[in-house]
Amino acid sequence: MKSKEPNAFRSIIAHLVLIILSLMCLFFFYILVINATRSHADLQKGFSALPGKYFFENLKKVANDGTFPMFRGIFNSLIVSGCSAALCTYFSSLTAYGIYVYDFKLKKIAFTFIMAILVMPTQVTAMGFLRLITNMGMYDSLLPLIIPSIASPSVFYFMYSYIQSSLPVSLVEAARIDGSGEFRTFNQIVIPIMKPAIAVQAIFAFVGSWNNYFVPALVIQSKDKATVPILIATLRGADYMNFDSAKIYMMIMVAIVPIVMIYLLLSKYIIAGVTLGGVKE
Amino acid sequence: MKKKSISYSKWGYIFILPFFLCYFIFSLIPLADTIRYSFFEYYRSGIKEIGPTFIGVDNYASLLKSDMFKYGANTLTMWVIGFIPQIVIALLLAVWFTDIRLKIHGKQFFKVVIYLPNLIMASAFSMLFFTMFSTNGPVNAILMSLGVIREQIDFMGSALGTRSLVGFMNFLMWFGNTTIMLMAAIMGISVDIFEAAEIDGCYGVKRFYYIIFPLIRPILAYTLITAIIGGLQMFDVPQILTNGQGTPDRTSMTLIMFLNSHLKSKNYGMAGALSVYLFIVSGILCFFVYKMTNDNDPDGSKAAAKRKVKEERSRRK
Repeated sequence: MKSKEPNAFRSIIAHLVLIILSLMCLFFFYILVINATRSHADLQKGFSALPGKYFFENLKKVANDGTFPMFRGIFNSLIVSGCSAALCTYFSSLTAYGIYVYDFKLKKIAFTFIMAILVMPTQVTAMGFLRLITNMGMYDSLLPLIIPSIASPSVFYFMYSYIQSSLPVSLVEAARIDGSGEFRTFNQIVIPIMKPAIAVQAIFAFVGSWNNYFVPALVIQSKDKATVPILIATLRGADYMNFDSAKIYMMIMVAIVPIVMIYLLLSKYIIAGVTLGGVKE
Repeated sequence: MKKKSISYSKWGYIFILPFFLCYFIFSLIPLADTIRYSFFEYYRSGIKEIGPTFIGVDNYASLLKSDMFKYGANTLTMWVIGFIPQIVIALLLAVWFTDIRLKIHGKQFFKVVIYLPNLIMASAFSMLFFTMFSTNGPVNAILMSLGVIREQIDFMGSALGTRSLVGFMNFLMWFGNTTIMLMAAIMGISVDIFEAAEIDGCYGVKRFYYIIFPLIRPILAYTLITAIIGGLQMFDVPQILTNGQGTPDRTSMTLIMFLNSHLKSKNYGMAGALSVYLFIVSGILCFFVYKMTNDNDPDGSKAAAKRKVKEERSRRK
């Protein structure tokens, strides 16, 4: 076979490129982990490829730092991300179900409207949003980070595609004949069917909310309400030179680790879920 | 038979109500407010609030005279630095991953690794880069000990350095995502086409040019437009890397950073006008995405075919 040779060559090239790219992705995490385990004095001396023994000491320092309440931040972020993920998946499913199953006059308009705003950046309304929540007395609270996630067009679109492919309308009709109310049908029959879609979107919503920096940066003022990205930003703004650099690495690590853990546990579903939301097949 | 069917339409409205109510309150009202104040002189100087007084389109005019275009160019530059390697590498990897003849070991492992940076908090990632690329950070230390450089490099001291770092971070964060999207697109192509092409001797580079590329063009276009929208929103990475200053000399200041600084200083009139400009641009981009997700002729091939038929007909006449 003539084509055997170039294929072996191509395969080597492909592996080489993949290894280089993977090293590039992992290199930074490697440095982060190594440096988070070394002491400030060690770090000043230069870089070492081997981890140090100061992991727990650094972690303790981060935990006890009053000016950067990292664990309080993680707690806030968990609340915001958890609630956002729950609200956004539930209400997006509800909206998708409403538009898919029922016939009503504004159905088409409603669908078109959501599709039109599918990728509209939230930043363009930030100014009005800031004024609105200030007038509503929600400035410097976690609520404005949570409630708006009820209306998430992209999650709606994903749920709608999923319902279209996996919910037979006859099932809803059968439930009606059995005397099930509309909300009960949704909560007890439709939600279980949509579990896989909800799980995938919940992960993405959680991660998106966890990493969000723009909105919290406008809304949150006080330290005890700060989410993790806000603390990272204050860290950057602090007088950097007088800082314990080991602690900085540890803080970044603490900010990243929860998501990396979730990702490594669920990577199979996450990677499969990436494509489902965005692309129309 | 008249009264037999029960109308369920009211439930439709009830079910979609929370979504629309929420969107109305937290997006449409703010949008209207933003547009309204863009026509007002309304800012804070010290602790004194000036305005709001109606001044027509003055905010828009003074924005055109400000550094807005410069910031737009900055955003574009950094986006391009990241996007070109991103799309090239993603296409390459997607083609490799979907080539059955090319045996790649540990495919799943590579996929997991290249997608990882996409989920990392952009602000933390940026902070990590800031510490690593600072003059006495580990990158300089490693390069020095390897003997590559003799003096420390001040990566963030030059416009090119900062922009490249931002572009590089964007590349790292997004190439995995794009790879997986394009992979799905290629896997959506029927196996029959590939088999038939292979029998005809179409393989390797030809396979890419004549089969994969034309068939995934709609998804490539979709990727491009969503990437532009993402680029327009570029904020976290340069904001943290330069502490909101867009250093050096505001060469890495993006449009959203500009908006953020207006909002932070409570310069509502200007922030409103800038938002409206951004709204118009994103509206146009949204329209393209809408067309692509709702059209059954996303790449215009059907329209082209129709045109051709018409031409044929008119020629025959």
